Amino acid sequence: MLKLTVNDEAREVDVDPQTPLLWVLRDHLGLTGTKFSCGIAQCGACTVHVDGVATRSCSTPVSAVAGRAIVTIEGLSAQAEHPVQRAWIELDVPQCGFCQSGQIMAAASLLSEHPTPTDAEIDQGMGGVLCRCGTYNRIRAAIKRAAELASEEAQA
Amino acid sequence: MKMTRRSFLQVSGLAGGGFLLGFQLTAAEARTAPVADDEFAPNAWVRIDPDGRITAVVASSEMGQGVMTAIPMLLAEELEADWQSIHAEFAPADTAYTNPIIGQQLTGGSTAVRGYWTPVREAGAAARMMLLAAAAQRWGVAENACTARNSEVIHAASGRRLGYGELASEAAKQPVPAAVFLKEPGEFALLGTPQKRLDTPQKCDGSALFAQDVTRPNMLTAVVQRCPVFGGTRKGFDAESARQVKGVVDVLPLDDDAVAVVAEGWWPAQQARDKLRIDWDFAGNGGLSSADITAQFEQAVDAGISARSEGDVAAALDKASTTLEATYEVPYLAHACMEPMTCVAEIGENGCDVWVGTQAQTRTQQTAMAITGLPQEQVRVHTLFLGGGFGRRSEQDFVRDAVSLAKQTGRPVKVIWSREDDIQHDYYRPATFNRLAAALDADGRPVAWRHRIAGPSIRARNSEQVRESGMDGSSVEGAENLPYRIENLDVTYAMVNPPVPVGYWRSVGSSQNAFITEAFFDEVARAAGRDPYELRLELLADQPRHRGVLELAATKAGWGEPLPAGRARGIAVAKSFGSYCAQVAEVELDEKRVRVKRVVCALDCGQIVNPAIIEAQMESGIAYGLNATLNGEITIGNGRVQQGNFDDYPLLGIAEMPEVEVHIVDSDASPGGVGEPGTPPIAPAVANAVFALTGKPVRRLPIRLG
Repeated sequence: MLKLTVNDEAREVDVDPQTPLLWVLRDHLGLTGTKFSCGIAQCGACTVHVDGVATRSCSTPVSAVAGRAIVTIEGLSAQAEHPVQRAWIELDVPQCGFCQSGQIMAAASLLSEHPTPTDAEIDQGMGGVLCRCGTYNRIRAAIKRAAELASEEAQA
Repeated sequence: MKMTRRSFLQVSGLAGGGFLLGFQLTAAEARTAPVADDEFAPNAWVRIDPDGRITAVVASSEMGQGVMTAIPMLLAEELEADWQSIHAEFAPADTAYTNPIIGQQLTGGSTAVRGYWTPVREAGAAARMMLLAAAAQRWGVAENACTARNSEVIHAASGRRLGYGELASEAAKQPVPAAVFLKEPGEFALLGTPQKRLDTPQKCDGSALFAQDVTRPNMLTAVVQRCPVFGGTRKGFDAESARQVKGVVDVLPLDDDAVAVVAEGWWPAQQARDKLRIDWDFAGNGGLSSADITAQFEQAVDAGISARSEGDVAAALDKASTTLEATYEVPYLAHACMEPMTCVAEIGENGCDVWVGTQAQTRTQQTAMAITGLPQEQVRVHTLFLGGGFGRRSEQDFVRDAVSLAKQTGRPVKVIWSREDDIQHDYYRPATFNRLAAALDADGRPVAWRHRIAGPSIRARNSEQVRESGMDGSSVEGAENLPYRIENLDVTYAMVNPPVPVGYWRSVGSSQNAFITEAFFDEVARAAGRDPYELRLELLADQPRHRGVLELAATKAGWGEPLPAGRARGIAVAKSFGSYCAQVAEVELDEKRVRVKRVVCALDCGQIVNPAIIEAQMESGIAYGLNATLNGEITIGNGRVQQGNFDDYPLLGIAEMPEVEVHIVDSDASPGGVGEPGTPPIAPAVANAVFALTGKPVRRLPIRLG
């Protein structure tokens, strides 16, 4: 049995330790907000936070994250009140929506590192998270908006 | 107000006192329409619950294009509903929901708003009239003394008002109007205004459900290993070591060209698949290459069938003072939806259920009927959100996989293709080979245009008529409707069908033909010594909507104004799917890379439904087309696709996305499409900017500077 901490909850799973975290989340824990798209860490649809750092769950063996704090889109906030989610909703970012869990998790991680990111930092931090619908310009605007919202929150 | 007549066949009360309205119901559906409880009313376009909640049932598939918001807006406009109280849900597969343009329930060809523009507004209007009648009856006043607004009926003389929820059960007992009045465009209050998407919140917290997320009790997960060579078949297979993988339940032959592993979860299935040993028969295609295919096209290109012929091109070319010739090529392209192909099927005593992100509910139902032998009423299609569509999800291969495996295993099965399966077993955008020629008279005026196309036909697969005639309209669209007034004009098509499957890819024939024609047009302009924008305007004298978008895009982009050194503009225009789109791209070259810095896009799509969604769709169409311009290329070697994942079939990233400005023409012409028309102009706009920078025409995609 592997012990995991997912969205602040202790979970135990009985799987091959090489199983990617993605499939443990989806097939064993029923957390389907994290998506499978490429399977080789090329697209970012599977991005989750491990100890606060954006991580590609499709290429992370579950044994490597045992005992560490795993956060998925379901656990990012209780009612979509994270500044990134609020900005995403305000600017109507998603189209098909499939990549957006990964985009939001990557953006949240970017903002925790760079609270007011430059365009170059956005390119760098979001470069590996692909969107086939082309929502990139709204993603960029929403990250900047989320930075404002977070700063307002901090001052409040 | 405009009156329209339609037979509304069914209205029923809900057990909880609600109200639903459907129409075009067949007899069988009419029998099942009155619902036993108020949980679900599968034949209705609109449902009003006693608490005032209004549900719009959306017959189209939501793949990002915003249809789940646009269609409810059509309904709400005529229903006089409070937009804030509108909810949307997906319709089941049912002939009641046939798109009138396509003749089946299918989301494609940018037809959702165009097809449902009248019927959904009529459904809203009929429901409004019945709510008005119910209120008038309750108050004992004349109907025309009442008005409907913001989900309320108001009797102005007495100041009385009733909410739609309070009226729902009485409205359900009113006679269905045989004719309804629809608003004129000038009366619209909601249509034409930017409204937030109804599906945004659930796409920001992980709760939006895609087929990949569906779970059924006792469900198995399957992966499918298909013959890597197109046209090949399975001779035999050894699954012994695959079966040893923990969690594997079975290994099964599938169709005549595949082997499936079914397991408790995707990971063990995928692990086991790598251990399969399969003996294939490559059917003689094991040596096929892209070079072979190009050679086949080139051999056929001069012997095509006429798609359009005006004047005498040969004579005009003969006597012209200047002639140009060029060869243009585009590659096969994969759709690369972010969600790989996925489908869940379950067969039980009550029939077959299919959960799928599909663009084609009718075909999905027919696919499951054919495999299970069940009648239509026992095959239920549950449409989920689509993780990208772009034409790919109108196909049935992944639906067949799931239904066949559910039948074979007797358990619910979820099939999830790997990314490699998705890239290597697509129905690709056709590769084509094109020979173009043009002639200029002594004044530099274009007097002849010849465009010969060779490539595979999308429709040949399903149409004997197309195979026999040798002509496929989708192969020549965007070429045979060249809008320029040129006296002598020939467009021909030579059908060559290599064993590489081809299908509908966002904007279809216009995706390549707009590039080919609009890029060659700039070669003609250059030869004539003319500004490419000015020459377009001159040759579009009798095409006001093409001119309108060109002028709008050029003005907003500052066409002709100076740019920083190393930057140039390119312009292109294309009509597709009932809309007109022009784009100006500003491009720089950076160490042999094309950098698209800014795109100004002008669209005339007739009546505007939701400008915020239209703007997003233009950005989306540009991003999709730009990836084909800069990156996309599927090549064939040893009979198989040589790319497999995003490392060798790269997609546009955020750093490559240009600034995009969208300008929409104010129009009350009938609505055009918006999902696809943004894609065709971007490749030629960028190619023409590169031509302006380098002096060398771009004649093949993706652009490789050498």
